[in-house]
Amino acid sequence: MKRHLLEAADLDRADATLVLDTAAQIEQALAGREVKKLPTLRGRTVVNLFYEDSTRTRISFELAAKRLSADVINFSAKGSSVSKGESLKDTALTLEAMGSDAVVVRHGSSGAPHRLANWVRGSVVNAGDGTHEHPTQALLDAYTIRQRLGRLDGVRVTIVGDVLHSRVARSNVGLLHTLGAEVTLVAPPTLLPVGVGSWPAAVTYDLDAVLPKSDVVMMLRVQAERMNASFFPSAREYSRRYGLDGRRMGALPDDAIVMHPGPMNRGMEIAADVADSVRSTIVEQVANGVSVRMAVLYLLLGGAPQ
Amino acid sequence: MATSYLIKGARPLGGDPADILVKDGRIAAIGESLSATGAAVVEAGGLVALPGLVDLHTHLREPGREDAETVETGSRAAALGGFTAVHAMANTDPVADTAGVVEQVWRLGQEAGLVDVVPVGAVTVGLTGERLAELGAMADSAARVRVFSDDGSCVSDPALMRRALEYVKAFDGVVAQHAEEPRLTAGAQMHEGDRSARLGLTGWPAAAEEAIIARDVLLAEHVGARLHVCHVSTAGSVEILRWAKSRGVQVTAEVTPHHLLLTDACAESYDPVFKVNPPLRTDADVEALRAGLADGTIDAVGTDHAPHAVEDKESEWAQARPGMLGLEQALSVVIETMVEPGRLDWAGVADRMSVRPAAIGRLTGLGDRAHGRPLAPGEPANLVLVDPASRAVVDPAALASRSRNSPYAGRELPGRVVATFLRGVPTVLDGKAVR
Repeated sequence: MKRHLLEAADLDRADATLVLDTAAQIEQALAGREVKKLPTLRGRTVVNLFYEDSTRTRISFELAAKRLSADVINFSAKGSSVSKGESLKDTALTLEAMGSDAVVVRHGSSGAPHRLANWVRGSVVNAGDGTHEHPTQALLDAYTIRQRLGRLDGVRVTIVGDVLHSRVARSNVGLLHTLGAEVTLVAPPTLLPVGVGSWPAAVTYDLDAVLPKSDVVMMLRVQAERMNASFFPSAREYSRRYGLDGRRMGALPDDAIVMHPGPMNRGMEIAADVADSVRSTIVEQVANGVSVRMAVLYLLLGGAPQ
Repeated sequence: MATSYLIKGARPLGGDPADILVKDGRIAAIGESLSATGAAVVEAGGLVALPGLVDLHTHLREPGREDAETVETGSRAAALGGFTAVHAMANTDPVADTAGVVEQVWRLGQEAGLVDVVPVGAVTVGLTGERLAELGAMADSAARVRVFSDDGSCVSDPALMRRALEYVKAFDGVVAQHAEEPRLTAGAQMHEGDRSARLGLTGWPAAAEEAIIARDVLLAEHVGARLHVCHVSTAGSVEILRWAKSRGVQVTAEVTPHHLLLTDACAESYDPVFKVNPPLRTDADVEALRAGLADGTIDAVGTDHAPHAVEDKESEWAQARPGMLGLEQALSVVIETMVEPGRLDWAGVADRMSVRPAAIGRLTGLGDRAHGRPLAPGEPANLVLVDPASRAVVDPAALASRSRNSPYAGRELPGRVVATFLRGVPTVLDGKAVR
């Protein structure tokens, strides 16, 4: 494993598989236990440095660190020196002086975790940077797919929605490709980046054509405000062309699953009956997020398991 | 200090070695085995002599951001880069949009005395793109402004651009356009392409530059005016310029050293030292720019020297200001990218870095104060001696600029400026600024 987890490309196939296997071991070790806690990272300090509000991701990392017995400090940009204009570098040096072993960072600017990694000695875990990557989301998605379908190699994953602005899509394309899955991106052309052709993924504008050939459909959150910048004409038209409703779900193969990184816009990219169906893994994804993040922190800070 | 210098054994424009006698601010003689009593001797064996370089595009930051650069520190950086004249861009604080501000900058340049600082006037009041600044007043001022630019912002309103092009004809001025359609570059961070897609940085499409250049050459043709295009960065722009020139449009263009050498691959580090506007482009663009500079489609090298304080660069990519240093490495980059590969000879370097930029800025006809003149007896003694064989690793801490945002840090480049003379007075000797 590299010292930092900044993007999916930091993990080769062996490392990515190790993270997933470790997450499974941790889950097993904790299953049925009354005290859901391992002593592995006792005495180590993990800082959650969040420049964006993201309660669910922060809580997931916090829980992961605490279940490994690490000390956790939540450093929120709001109400801290950051909001008074402290630079990222000064914040990094402050955390460094306090002796943090790992910094989990969420930032609105692409590449901020890369910058941070230049300034701290400990490990940096990217918890989402701008429109760049969100590698632990991709790991928990891969974990969920493997758990449900029993494999990743050759699994056909269709990712639908605002690929242009999605760090989830970027990390998933990279990681799932590394793990042998076949990724197809579906979006209106306005929400695909120029240059998407260089990604290890197929691209289509026709959702209905790919659904029968999808083992996994991953719906991305689409902000209705995008229509104000003419990415699409209206929420209704978007939903009609790219939303996953019950009718479209019926076109999927029998054992196909439906994923969403949350938070969902019910009625926009995903219909309520789909989100709540047995195919939906949305709640499992949240639970798996804690196990996978425990595995990441464990491997970065504690070394490979014996 | 001596008033005459005998430069021994330099190769004018890379030709046969000759001695150059500099006296009373002029080139007194060029020939073999010259001698002159009382002249200080400068041993220049193996050095190439070029006319003093002229930059069409420098940001000196004064007034307003003297923490990043001053007229004096920027002038020293320019002299060390072999320049004897630099055009100081107008995006200062206050903006150089009145005779008062351009005269202030001009006067500071004269006081520093290391290069001729030629102020550029803003096209529009406050660079806001809304109404014309008093272009005539700046032209008639002591600063004698001939180049007008809103650089940093594009004069995007087509009607206003047309009027600006027309209006400056009255005093033989030129509008230097920062070609960037702002509606296509909202929030843009880097070249739009494969790398921006992967890095999650908002793309700056080549078409945003090319669309403005295409529009402006048509406007310049229509009204019979001169147009200069700043920092051309794409292969498509070179094609449009080639087409326009073939039609006889009075258009000139410059390319920066960094666009000749670096690509958008630099953005993969997310180090904002590589953030610049227009952004670093692709290998294919770099190749087209080199070809354009070689065949003359691109007239000049303009540094777009853009000093920034540490806090404006040591940040997240999106928060950092765009721009990079260029004056002290410009000639080295041209040697690396154009001379060593055989795409430009020394006469070509003199043409693209001295003669043509001086002509665009209307500096060639200023008598004693002219720039971009031939290396010939009787001409003002503005010249630079460069050792093309010398190679060195760029150390930002050693630069004369007050800022440190050099994209060439740690990179080995050829060509050392050994001496620079401004009207017969050395501003650089033995590779060091005289003051």
